[in-house]
Amino acid sequence: MGILIKEKSIVVPGDIIAEGMDYLPSLGCFREGKHVVSERLGLLNVDNRFIKVIPLTGSYVPKVGDTVIGEVKDMSFGAWFIDIGCAYDGTLMVRDATEFVEKDADLAQVYNFGDFVVAKIVKITRHSSIHITTKGPGLRKIQGGKVISVTPSKVPRVIGKQGSMVSMIKDGTNCTIVVGQNGKIWINGKNPDDELLATEAILKVENESHIDGLTDKIKAFLEKKK
Amino acid sequence: MSYTKRFDNRKFDEMRKIEAKVDIIPRADGSAMFKIGDTVAIAAVYGPRSLHPKFLQDPEKGILRCNYTMMPFSVSERIRPGPSRRSTEISLVTSKSLLPVLDLTKFPNAVVDVFIQIIQANAGTRCAGICAASMALAHAGIPMKDMVAAVSVGKVGDKIVIDLNKEEEDYEDGATDIPVAMTGRNHEVTLLQLDGEVTKEELMKGLEMARKGCLDIIEIQKKALREAIKENQNE
Amino acid sequence: MNNDYVRSLIERGKRIDGRSLDSYREIKLESGISKYAEGSARCKIGETEVLVGVKFEVGTPYSDSPNEGTIVVSAELSPIANPDFELGPPNEQSVELARVVDRGIRESKAVDFKKLCIKEGEKIFMLFIDIQVINDDGNLIDASALGALKALSEAKFPKLDKDNKVVSGEFSGKLKLEKLPITCTVYKIGGSLLVDVDSKEEKAVDARLSVNVGNGRIHALQKGKDIGFSVDEIGRAVDIAVKKEKELAKLLK
Repeated sequence: MGILIKEKSIVVPGDIIAEGMDYLPSLGCFREGKHVVSERLGLLNVDNRFIKVIPLTGSYVPKVGDTVIGEVKDMSFGAWFIDIGCAYDGTLMVRDATEFVEKDADLAQVYNFGDFVVAKIVKITRHSSIHITTKGPGLRKIQGGKVISVTPSKVPRVIGKQGSMVSMIKDGTNCTIVVGQNGKIWINGKNPDDELLATEAILKVENESHIDGLTDKIKAFLEKKK
Repeated sequence: MSYTKRFDNRKFDEMRKIEAKVDIIPRADGSAMFKIGDTVAIAAVYGPRSLHPKFLQDPEKGILRCNYTMMPFSVSERIRPGPSRRSTEISLVTSKSLLPVLDLTKFPNAVVDVFIQIIQANAGTRCAGICAASMALAHAGIPMKDMVAAVSVGKVGDKIVIDLNKEEEDYEDGATDIPVAMTGRNHEVTLLQLDGEVTKEELMKGLEMARKGCLDIIEIQKKALREAIKENQNE
Repeated sequence: MNNDYVRSLIERGKRIDGRSLDSYREIKLESGISKYAEGSARCKIGETEVLVGVKFEVGTPYSDSPNEGTIVVSAELSPIANPDFELGPPNEQSVELARVVDRGIRESKAVDFKKLCIKEGEKIFMLFIDIQVINDDGNLIDASALGALKALSEAKFPKLDKDNKVVSGEFSGKLKLEKLPITCTVYKIGGSLLVDVDSKEEKAVDARLSVNVGNGRIHALQKGKDIGFSVDEIGRAVDIAVKKEKELAKLLK
């Protein structure tokens, strides 16, 4: 009875994590009879009676409350469709746009094809319609700078504990950096060289996320390049 | 005539040497390589992603699309590029072997694409493809109730054996080829085909051998998945 | 937006991965990767990966060249390599890729077609060169051409039985190449010329010129994409390709 696999182990689909009715599958796992079984390749996390498998791979899984950065791909009466890097586009209704849009206005004048926006997911319907908004602090159409992509599972690493990693890169490069949960990151600096440095630092975090002492390494990297 | 010793000296219940590696195609959402003896298969998974044209979409759940191809130079006699009836059938049975473990209700209107390519072929290619695809799906983060492994069993001459190689498939006194896919926890058979002639007892003996083989393969698949993560694990 | 970023970097002679405009990413070449092929190779340039296989088949010669064999080059841009590649018959991009690689081998006379003759007027070898793209991170033409040459340089003639049928698994000597011509594609972004673009840079490319060079001589050219080159740019591009031939040919020796 109980938890059969050590916490913080890597589990794979099909692994039997726990036995008995005491435990509740909360993320990335499911109940089969008296077993709780993993359905993802990820890290096992046990919090009281809740069992979570934190996925370590896979494309972005949208969640309500996530900040995302996406490109305007299409528009129709009353809404824009934003590519946020998963199977479904984000739907941005006119009433959820930060700018006031007049009745019968040309939507492209507000957000045009190819524009990037910083948005928040407000609702996910049963049929996977993802409603997003650009109304709110920090949400807007992006002007200037550049957007890069990292694997969504690396986003927590890029942000760091309480934002420590991304803050350090911001300070070390004088850039505004907004990190979307969907792996898209907006970098806006005073000049392309600063933006390049921020890009290199972030990609370094992505590629070396498994190494110890990464924060210090990145700090040293930024100092050297300046 | 009695088949007393296997052409490559393996035991009747011994599979060829297996190698498995995950994360071999950077652009794919998930990818893996599975090698058994001289047969090498690679698989790439893209998805879930949007599905066009719209009439193919299913509002209740995502769909799985599998495509199996052999590289023209993978066999002694070159294969002309393009789909064949054989590759179309294998694509279909591969899809059926993986569907039972996938929960696609989480991705309505979307598609999960699985592409399998055989780089080198010495029998057992559809099974190797399924083994690679199973790892690639897990790597891509598609929720799976279980892993799926596949291996061929069969009758060569008068003996039941596991993992026939090409020489055994072409055995002049007759061989029966039985590809089998099985899930890891509940041992559900998700692929079963047969080509030849066996009695029921022989078939059941073969399935028992396939069970053991598949469970061994699943341990190898799980190890390869963990290895791929260890190289990228967060602090 | 990102194309503008790539352009602004390139204008200042910089690239996202720190390379200079005339540097290739790390190149890895390996032969013998598919044992039932008479010749095979894997070419990796950065994360672009291409497999090439060479198969010999016995056929009949064309009437106007009774003592010469032939080569047939095909390319598959498999959907495993790029989410934008689709299943289906070869499209324009894969046909162009195959034909550019073909010209590089044929026009440079890297293969002496007379060596492919089995019996004059009756039987010759047809060499099928199949290019399979495994991962697309840009610069597929150069990776495919290099892989094809590596596969050819290690290819072996199959043994023939008395009816001139191929005996599988047995060989009778190496196919020796007459030269090792290199295809170097030079890309134009804004006013700059560079080599070996990755998939991000590829989106910002205005024009490209694939140049096949053997011993300093130009054997084939192919211009691609929508914008034009000035004559002066063509001259500079050829200079770059000639310089690169020396570096890249070393990888084949």
